[in-house]
Formats: sequence, structure tokens, C-alpha cells
Amino acid sequence: MTEAATKLTKADFQSDQDIRWCPGCGDYSILAQVQNVMPELGVPKEKVVFVSGIGCSSRFPYYMNTYGLHSIHGRAPAVATGVKCMSPDLSVWVVTGDGDGLSIGGNHFIHAIRRNVDLNVLMFNNRIYGLTKGQYSPTSELGKKTKSTPMGSVDYPLHPISLALGAEATFVARTMDVDPKSLRYCVKRAAEHKGIAFVEIYQNCNIFNDGAYDSIVEKSIRSDRVLYLEHGKPMIFGKDMNKGLKLNGFQLEVATIGENGVTEKDIVVHDETNPDPTMAFLLSRLDEATFPVPMGVFRAVRRPAFDEMMNDQVKAATQKSGPGDLDSLLNQGDTWEVH
Amino acid sequence: MVNRPGSPRWELPEPKEHLALSPQTEAASAAKPLEEHSHLVVRFAGDSGDGMQITGSQFTATNAVYGNDLATLPDFPAEIRAPAGTLAGVSGFQLNFGSQKIYTAGDQPDVFVTMNPAALKVNLPELPNGCVIIANEDAFTDRNLKMAGFASNPLADDSLSKFRVYPVKISTLTNNALADVEMSAKDKARCKNFFALGLIYWMFNRSPEQTMRFLKDKFSKKPVILEANEKAMRAGMNYGETAEAFTTRYEVKEAQLTPGKYRNITGNSAMAIGLVAASKLSGVPLFLGSYPITPASDILHELSRYKNFGIMTFQAEDEIAAVCSAIGAAFAGYLGLTTTSGPGIALKAEAIGLAVMTELPLLIVNVQRGGPSTGLPTKTEQADLLQAMYGRNGECPVAIVAPSTPGDCFHIAIEATRIATKYMTPVMILSDGYLANGAEAWRLPRISDLPRIDVKFRTDPSGYKPYLRDENLARPWVRPGTPGLEHRIGGIEKQDITGNVNYEARNHEHMVKLRAQKIANIAKDIPALKVLGDPEGDVLVVGWGSTYGSITAAVEELRAQGKRVSGVHLRHLNPFPPNLGEILGKFRKVIVPEMNAGQLVKIIRATFNVPAIGVNKIQGQPFRKREVVDGILTHL
Repeated sequence: MTEAATKLTKADFQSDQDIRWCPGCGDYSILAQVQNVMPELGVPKEKVVFVSGIGCSSRFPYYMNTYGLHSIHGRAPAVATGVKCMSPDLSVWVVTGDGDGLSIGGNHFIHAIRRNVDLNVLMFNNRIYGLTKGQYSPTSELGKKTKSTPMGSVDYPLHPISLALGAEATFVARTMDVDPKSLRYCVKRAAEHKGIAFVEIYQNCNIFNDGAYDSIVEKSIRSDRVLYLEHGKPMIFGKDMNKGLKLNGFQLEVATIGENGVTEKDIVVHDETNPDPTMAFLLSRLDEATFPVPMGVFRAVRRPAFDEMMNDQVKAATQKSGPGDLDSLLNQGDTWEVH
Repeated sequence: MVNRPGSPRWELPEPKEHLALSPQTEAASAAKPLEEHSHLVVRFAGDSGDGMQITGSQFTATNAVYGNDLATLPDFPAEIRAPAGTLAGVSGFQLNFGSQKIYTAGDQPDVFVTMNPAALKVNLPELPNGCVIIANEDAFTDRNLKMAGFASNPLADDSLSKFRVYPVKISTLTNNALADVEMSAKDKARCKNFFALGLIYWMFNRSPEQTMRFLKDKFSKKPVILEANEKAMRAGMNYGETAEAFTTRYEVKEAQLTPGKYRNITGNSAMAIGLVAASKLSGVPLFLGSYPITPASDILHELSRYKNFGIMTFQAEDEIAAVCSAIGAAFAGYLGLTTTSGPGIALKAEAIGLAVMTELPLLIVNVQRGGPSTGLPTKTEQADLLQAMYGRNGECPVAIVAPSTPGDCFHIAIEATRIATKYMTPVMILSDGYLANGAEAWRLPRISDLPRIDVKFRTDPSGYKPYLRDENLARPWVRPGTPGLEHRIGGIEKQDITGNVNYEARNHEHMVKLRAQKIANIAKDIPALKVLGDPEGDVLVVGWGSTYGSITAAVEELRAQGKRVSGVHLRHLNPFPPNLGEILGKFRKVIVPEMNAGQLVKIIRATFNVPAIGVNKIQGQPFRKREVVDGILTHL
């Protein structure tokens, strides 16, 4: 099986359905990279299930030649939990967006994470409602002018990675639609993680929120604006790779190596396996106006997965009491005979 | 004849010297006359914390093991502990047990045990003349009387003269009996319900053996509590024996039940084991996604204990996640189940629509309670039928079945699973609070008599399309993991056969009709209705769900009086059994008693164009036989 699976190609994961995203949508890139990564995972395609909710991103399963369920708004993590618990040998993916996953589905999002269900959650964050044509989302910035907020939004945005870490996520990563290499890396790492794997993907909606991430991901400025997290390496960024993050008390600050006596040793070394999520949380809170935006794996720690423990209990109960017997089930408690 | 363990008179398991009844009291017991009855109704009432549910369940279990037929009605407030002594905190338990067939928990009690004035006050309007009242005299203090709204002590004035009142200092006597047990005064006071139970055992000539087993099992690790409850119970029995107040004992002989093996069972318990049985009979492991809600939670509790049957139970973060996880399990090729009550169904509505659109088998148990909104969480009602039929967006039919008795919950779970897997459809089971907590003496089915549920999974990729249909219009069920059958489904309208996303006008109409036809076809596959009584006459009484007992008893009573009244009882509500229309046409009038404002009656009028008449009770309480009889007589 595995041998056959390794021989799969990207084409094996492409379905026969016409893709109906708007031309120029960031979703195309994400789909292409996920299809690129799939053959590398060594998982036969019949063992892969994509579950989604509602929104532009949630059409994703139709385009993957795997098993797929396009469910209802916000509920994909709950649906996927049922799939994974009963079929722990399947590779189960949730594709969601900032509205689907954080607004209507916020409850399921935090609880799937808290339980550490072995799911790979890809959240396409375009900071807007696309499918309903342009209302602000729970990740839109304060003051965002949209059809439903003509005077500017007065909702404070959520930070998806902070929320995931707060809900005890064991794997958290961030990447962007315009960086295929980072995208492939994060998707692959998520697939390999046992337990919940949350990947936030900055995705451009060129119709309703075009350029939302230009100030970060634009190629000419990207190296100064993006910090690529690498496990065991100091958090250095910049065109000249001479800037880094340094701790000042409980805060991170940007320092330039070679200035004010700062050396590489002063730069914080990234440890994605740190059981304490504090540093990962600090990274998730960096103000994107004045700090670089971290991309890559924030956190990757191992903890027994919910579906594993559920199945272990079933096995343990069966070992202890033997496989259930209908006759003794019916006859439990006091019974009496009438002749 | 009923074979019971031990001798016909009670036999004390491992008797302790100081607890066993003395030979003198044994002899004395024979001296007090036994008054024989074909059935008797006993009601216990007290504060929520007085242990009335345990007392009632124990007396029920004892009578069940003795061989009586029976039915029970537990009736308790939604608050776990309402303020002690108040009318709001009164908890009751009624049992009707007999040597004859018992259909209901009884209209009015013959014997009423009240632990305080509030319980007396609440129940007084329902007590018939001559009712035996056993009252815990100690609780009739000035304070409690005032809280219950009595101007003077009814045990001391003559306001209860039409009843046979036995004031008993239950608290004092319990306390005295536990003088040398080392526990707090508060804990001793909590044993008073077992004193009352002991007194009742004496009064009805029942053995405490079954309760002793229960206590030993429950308090195996708390020997002091075991000893205290046992002593309190014995004290109650001895009190009945020696107190001169009680001159009469009652005898209700064994019922001539259909031969077989019996047990006492509640509806929720029967539902749980029925679902386990359905999983076994189909060979498909069961997944329950549920969120705690009264009165359905016990099904979650009970199924959680059956993991060795391969059953997985998931307590979800909310009702929506509960049903969605069950849909996920169904998509994965397993039996997906969610259990809830009306408010939960409201939250699950959208997801049930997804299961209709994706044509996945899904079991939905609604243990109905009083509504709307939070309504009456611990009280029974049948007001979710229209919600089950129509409570979703779009044209969204599901199959609906309803159990008629607590024991029938077992069989209905199997029937629902059969329909769900054969037709690839959600099936809603409409139980209710009365069935859920009520108990009956249930004849165990023989496993060989249970239907086999033949579930086929498609594994052949050649020619596979997700929405191909078999002779029942069911689409193929495929387990993810099956090579070559990868497919995508979802809540967007499906193209016929391929299952691809499709928005075409005619395709939508076609698919709406197809989904409806699939459900309608189930009618060919369910048993024809049997009429209780003559196949034609003046009145046909149509019932569904838990009103089976009251309606059957009422129809039998009227028939015994020579009235041309017959009855049918619906276990299948969508679709209806195939011969319902034909039967309706043979009666001058159709009367539909329901615990709602008239729901089945609307559907019957609309479906069969007959001027059916509703008889309705919306009080959170089941029908009494008398109320159904009167309702029918009004129109006869």
C-alpha cells in the first residue's frame, strides 16, 4: 500500500470537478500545494478525508480526489471528530476560513483543539467574508469599512494563532498563499503531526479584500516583514539577515545584530518543542505594524490524541469485560421467569 | 405461575441476628388480615432531597421481581434541590401494580405516602375518598405547615376526614432505630425514606430481599450507610407489624403474564440497550454524539458503559457538535446516533438537513419534554411531532417512529436502525419523559426473534456513482478507506446519480421528489396496523407514543361497557402504516388523544381529509385513563 502510495502524483489528487473560485484567488495556490504535498505523505488517497464547512475555502473537498464531506457552516471540526474517532486510520483534514472557523464555528474550533483530536486544520484567513460578498470577518482589523460596516467595524479582531495556543493546540503554524515553499512545508508538517495540527494560511481575496497582506507578503519587502521560524535557530530576519527578536523582560523587541553591542547570542532561539507555550504566544501577539510576522511552525508538542484515547478505552473495556454479549446485556439486573 | 427466588414469603438474605424479624412478629404478621386487590396504586411524595425516586424505584423493582405487572410515573421538579419544604420542591413517584394487565401508572393513588406538608398540599386535589395517607408526622411542624400554606395542621384538624390517615413519626422512629449507628444526625435523617419503604413492604406483604441486594451493591464500600439504611427499613417493617394503628395489609397477587423471562426496565434504559442490540444485529459499530439534556442524558450515561460492545460515546461541546459528529461517523461508515430533547433538536435542525441531503443513515432520539424553549425539562409532552415532521429548512423529510411503552423503546431502536440503514436516511425516534423515566415489567425478547439488520457497504468501484439508487431508492453506503470509491458529498443540491454539485431547476425538483418518495416507500416495509376492537364502529381512537397505555385502558373500558369504540396505535409516524387510511374510513368519528395542542390530528386531517377530533392534555403529565374515557364520551 505504502509503496503504491509513494508512486502517486499530484494528478492523482485532482478531482474531475471544475474549480469555481474567482480568477486570481489565493485558494488556487493553496489547492495546488496541498495536491503537491499529498503524494509525499505516503498515505493512499482512499485513506484521506477532507471535511469542510461553508465559505469559499470550504469548496476545497470537491477539488480533491479523496473522500470528502462539505458540511454546514462552522461545524467541520465536529463532523471530522466523528470521522476520526470511528476511523483512526484515516488522515482527516479540515478546511475552513476565518468566518467559518472563528465566527459561527468558534466553539467547535476551540474544542477540537482542546481535545487534541488528530485532525489537520487548514484555515484560509483572508480577513473578509467572501462567499457572502464582502462583510467584515472576525479577523478584520478594527475600523474596517465593508458593506455591513460603512462607518468602519467596531469589532476587535481575533488572532487565530493566539486563540489556538490558548486552547492548548499541540501544533500551530502559519504560512501564506504566495509562498509555495513555506506552504508545502507547513502542510507536510501538519500532516505528520499526531494530534490537532492548526495551520493559519494568509490568503488573498482579490475581490473583496485585495491586498490585505501586501504590506507583509509583497516580494520586495517580504524579507524585512516576515520572520521564518526554524526550530533550534535564532529568530533572525531581514534582507541582510541582521535583525532578530530579543527578550526585554517579558516582551520581545527587534534588535539589529552588530548595533548597540547586540550579537547573535542575544537573539532568542526558536524551540517549537517547548512544553511551555509562552514564547509561542508572545510570537503570536507581535503587532504586525511594528514587528515582523512569524511564519512557520510556532509549536509542535506531543500529547495523546483524543481519538487514540477514545479507541484505547474501547479496547481496554473489551479486554476487561470481553466483547459485549447481547444475552448478558438483556439479562442484567433482576430478572424472573413466568411459566 | 411465577417462580421467584426464595419462598413465597420473604426470606432474609444473610440475616443479622439483631435485624431479623423475631418469630413473634412473624406470627403476629399472620394475625393481621390481608385484603386482596387486583391492582393498587401507591404514590410517594416528599422533598426533592427525601429520596422519593429511590423509594419508588425500589418498591417497583420488588413488585416486578414478585411478578406483578406494573407501570410507573416518576414526577420530579427541574431544580435539583428546591428549597426544602416548599411546594416547588415536591418530588413524587407513582406506581400501579397488579395481578392483571397494567397499562398506566394509575389515575389516583390508593395509598399515598407523604414526607411533609408541602407534598400533601400538592397532591391533595388528586387523592380520592378513602385513600390511605401515611404521613411523616414529624415533618408537620409550624414552619413546614406555613411554607405549605396550611392554616392549621391537617393531621390534627378534621380536614382529612374523608381519607384514612396514618400519622407516623417517621423521622423520630428512624432516628431511634439508628441510635447506635455512628453517623451524623443529618445522615441519619436521610435514611427516613427507607423506614417508609420498610413500612410499605410490610403493608403490601413484600420481601425486602431485592432492596437488600440493591443496598449491598450500592454501598459496598460504605458499610455504615448500608447498615443504617437496612436498619431503617427493618424498623419500618417492624413498626407496621407492631404498631396498633395498622390493622390491614394488602395483597396484590402475581399477574398472569405471557410466559417468558422478565425484568423491570425504564424507557431510557431500554432505548440504550436497544441501540446496542441494533449495533450488534447490524454488525456496524455505534457512535453516539450527545450533549447532556434532561430527560435524555441517561441514554448517554448508559451507552457510555457499553464500550466493550465497540460503542463509542462522545460528549460534545454542544448539541450541534453532537449531531455533526454523528454525521461524521455515518459518513465514515458507522451507525451515527445523537440523543437529546426538544431544545436540542431545534439546534440540530440544520445538521439533520445535511444528513437528509447527503442521504446518510442517522439515528436521532428525541426524548420529548414540555416546551417551548426550556419549558418543563422534567415533565412529559408530545409536542415535537410537527417539529420532527417539518422543523427544518427546505423540503426535508425524515422517517419518524415512536415507542409506545418503556419496553418498546428497545424494539423501536432496532426498527429505527433498520430503516436508517436500509433507506439511507435520518430516522427520528420520538420518546418522551414519561417513557424515559417510567418503568414496566418487560418480557425479554429472545435474541433469535430479533430482526437481522442486513447492512451492505459498497466496495466495487466499477460503475460507482455516489447517488446511484437501489430498489428502495437508497444510495450506496461506502466506507472511506475503500480504494477506488473516493467521492465528495455535501449539503449543496446534488445532481441525480453523480452527486455532483448542481443548481439546475429541474434537477432540484426531481431530487426533492426523489427524497420524499424514498421516505414514502418505507410504508411498504412496515407492519400493517392492527385494530384494537372491531374493524368498524362509531369511534376510532388514534394514538401515538406514550399515550398507548391510557388509550388502550380507556378503549377497553368503553368496549366493556358495550360502546362501539376501537383503537389503533401508531409506532410509525412518517410514513404512516399503509392501511391507516382504510381503517380511518370505517369509523363514524376519529378521536386523537395527544399530550399537545393537537399535532397528529392536524396531520391526519391533512393527509386523509377526515374531520378528526383532538382530545388534548398539555399539563406536563400523562393522560389518566379517566381523562381519555371522558374525552371519548364527549364525542360519542
